Amino acid sequence: MHYLFEPGLFSSGPVRTALLVGAIVAVTSGVIGVFTVLRGQSFAGHSLADIATTGGSGAFLVGINQFWGFLVAGVAAAAVMEAIGVQRRRGRDVATGVVLGGALGLAALFLYLGTLRTATTGASFTVLFGSIFVINPDTVPALIASGAVALVVVAVLARVLLLTSVSPDLARARGVNVRLVGILYLAALAVSVSLAAVAIGAVLSTALLIGPSATALRLTKSPARAMAASALVGLVATWVGIVLAYDSYYWPPHGHTWPVSFFVVVLVLACYLLSYLRPRRRQVPRSPHEDEAECGPTTGGPETRLGAAHV
Amino acid sequence: MTTPLLTLDGIGVRLGGRQVLSDVSFSLEKGEFTGIIGPNGAGKTTLLRVILGLLEPSGGRVLVDGTPLHNKNKSAIGYVPQKLVIDPDMPLRARDVVSLGLDGHKLGFGWPSRQRRELVDEALASVGAQRYAEARVGELSGGEQQRVLIAHALISRPKLLLLDEPLANLDLRSEQEIVAVLGKLAREQEIAVLLSAHDMNPLLGVMDRIVYVANGHAAAGPTDEVVTSAGLTELYGHHVDVVRVHDRVLVVAGD
Repeated sequence: MHYLFEPGLFSSGPVRTALLVGAIVAVTSGVIGVFTVLRGQSFAGHSLADIATTGGSGAFLVGINQFWGFLVAGVAAAAVMEAIGVQRRRGRDVATGVVLGGALGLAALFLYLGTLRTATTGASFTVLFGSIFVINPDTVPALIASGAVALVVVAVLARVLLLTSVSPDLARARGVNVRLVGILYLAALAVSVSLAAVAIGAVLSTALLIGPSATALRLTKSPARAMAASALVGLVATWVGIVLAYDSYYWPPHGHTWPVSFFVVVLVLACYLLSYLRPRRRQVPRSPHEDEAECGPTTGGPETRLGAAHV
Repeated sequence: MTTPLLTLDGIGVRLGGRQVLSDVSFSLEKGEFTGIIGPNGAGKTTLLRVILGLLEPSGGRVLVDGTPLHNKNKSAIGYVPQKLVIDPDMPLRARDVVSLGLDGHKLGFGWPSRQRRELVDEALASVGAQRYAEARVGELSGGEQQRVLIAHALISRPKLLLLDEPLANLDLRSEQEIVAVLGKLAREQEIAVLLSAHDMNPLLGVMDRIVYVANGHAAAGPTDEVVTSAGLTELYGHHVDVVRVHDRVLVVAGD
C-alpha cells in the first residue's frame, strides 16, 4: 500500500485539486466522447485540440490563464468548422488540414515569443502536454461550471443526437433542426477539449476524448452503458495517472515527477488494448435460412453486413 | 367521398436549375399498398423527400388528411430511410433504435420504463424482429436492419409508412419476407404503405396501385392499367415493350 500511495499524497493541495479537476475532465470527455465516436467526428475533436493549442499559447503570450485561451479558440474553431461544413462526414478535409497546419504554426510563434519574454521554457510544455499539478485553485470553479454546461447540453440533446446518428434524414423528417443540434454539439465538444487540454495538454486532449469511449464501445451495447463505462475508464486512467505521477518523484531521475499526461495516455491505451481481450461474437441467433442465404449469389451487397466479417 | 390519406397535386421539383419532376399527381387511401417504381435516377427518392417535407417542391402541394404538411400531421407519416449509416461496433441495440422512434426527436433522455419496453417489444414483434432485439444494429444483416427500421417507424402509430428502396441490396429470401411484413401491415393494421423500388416484380402480389416514374413524369393507377406498352412508351417518350413472362413483368427498351 505504502508503495502506491506515497506519504503526503492526499494532504497535498495541488494533488487534491488535480484529482478534482481530473474527475471533471474525465467524466466530461468520456460522455461527450461517446457521441463524438457515434457521430464519426473524431477528426473534428482532433482539429479542435490543435486549434486550442493556438489559443492556449496565445493566452500564455498575453499572460492570461490558458484555459480561457483553449476555450475561446476551441469555440471559435467550432464555429468556423460549422461554417465550412465539417458536419458532413469527412467534410472538407483538405481545407481543415490546411487550417490546422496554420494554427499549429501560429502556436509555435506564440510559444517562442512568450518564452523570450518571460524566460520560462516550461510554458511550451504546459500548453502542449498539460500541467494538472499546477492548476490555479481560483480557476477550479470555472472548470467545474464549463464541464457542467457541456454535460447538460449533451444530456438535453442525447436522444436527438442518437436519432441523428442513426440517420440525419430520419431526424429531419421528425422536425429536428439537425444543423442547430450539430452546432450545439460542436460547442460542447470544444468545451470538453479545452478542459482536457488543461489536464493533459492540448496535443493529448483527444486521447481522453476518444480512448475511453472507444474502449467503452467495445465493451457495451447500449448508449447509456457506453457513457457510464467511458466516464469510468477515463476517471480511472486519470486518477491512477495522477497517483503514479506523484509517486514518480522517487523514481529515476530522483527528485523529478514524470508528466501526468504520460501516465494517463498510457493507461488509456492499455485499457483500449485490454478491451480486445474480450472476444466479440455475433450475438444474434441466426434463423436457419440465413445460413443458406449466405451462400446464395444474391447476398453480399454493401448493406449486407454479417457480424462474422468484423470479429 | 372521404378525403384521401395522402394527396399529391401537380408536384414539380427543380434541383440545381433542372426540372427533375413535373406535374406528379396521385392520392392514396388508408390500408393501400402503393409502389413508386422507376429506373435509377428517375426521382423516386426526390418524390419521397417532398412528401416528407424535406424538400420544397417548385410547384403543387402535398396534403395529408386533406391539410398541408405541418408539424402536427407529420406524426401521421412513418419514414424508413434507405440504409443505416451505423458501424458494427456502435453501442446501439435494435431495441434502442426502435425506442428512438417513440420520442427520438424530443429533448432530454428517454428514461427506461415498463411501458416503453412493452411498446418496443410490440413494435419489434409486429415485424418479427424480437429475436435480435438486444443485438447491436450495426451487426445485423441488411434485411434485419430493414425490419428494425420499420419497427422504428411503426412505434409512433403512423397512418402512412414511407419506405425508400427497402428491398435494395437484400437477398431474395429477405426481400420476400420484407414484402410479406409490409403487406400484412397494410391489410391487418390498415396502414397505407408507399415504397420506392426499381423492380416492381417482388411487389406484384401485394401492390394495390403503382406510381411509375420516368422521364420526369409519373403515371399512377392500378398496375395492369399503368404498366402497358402504350402507357409506358408515352411516359418514357420513346418506345418500350412491356413483356409478361411467368407472372413477371419486364419493361424492355425498344428500338
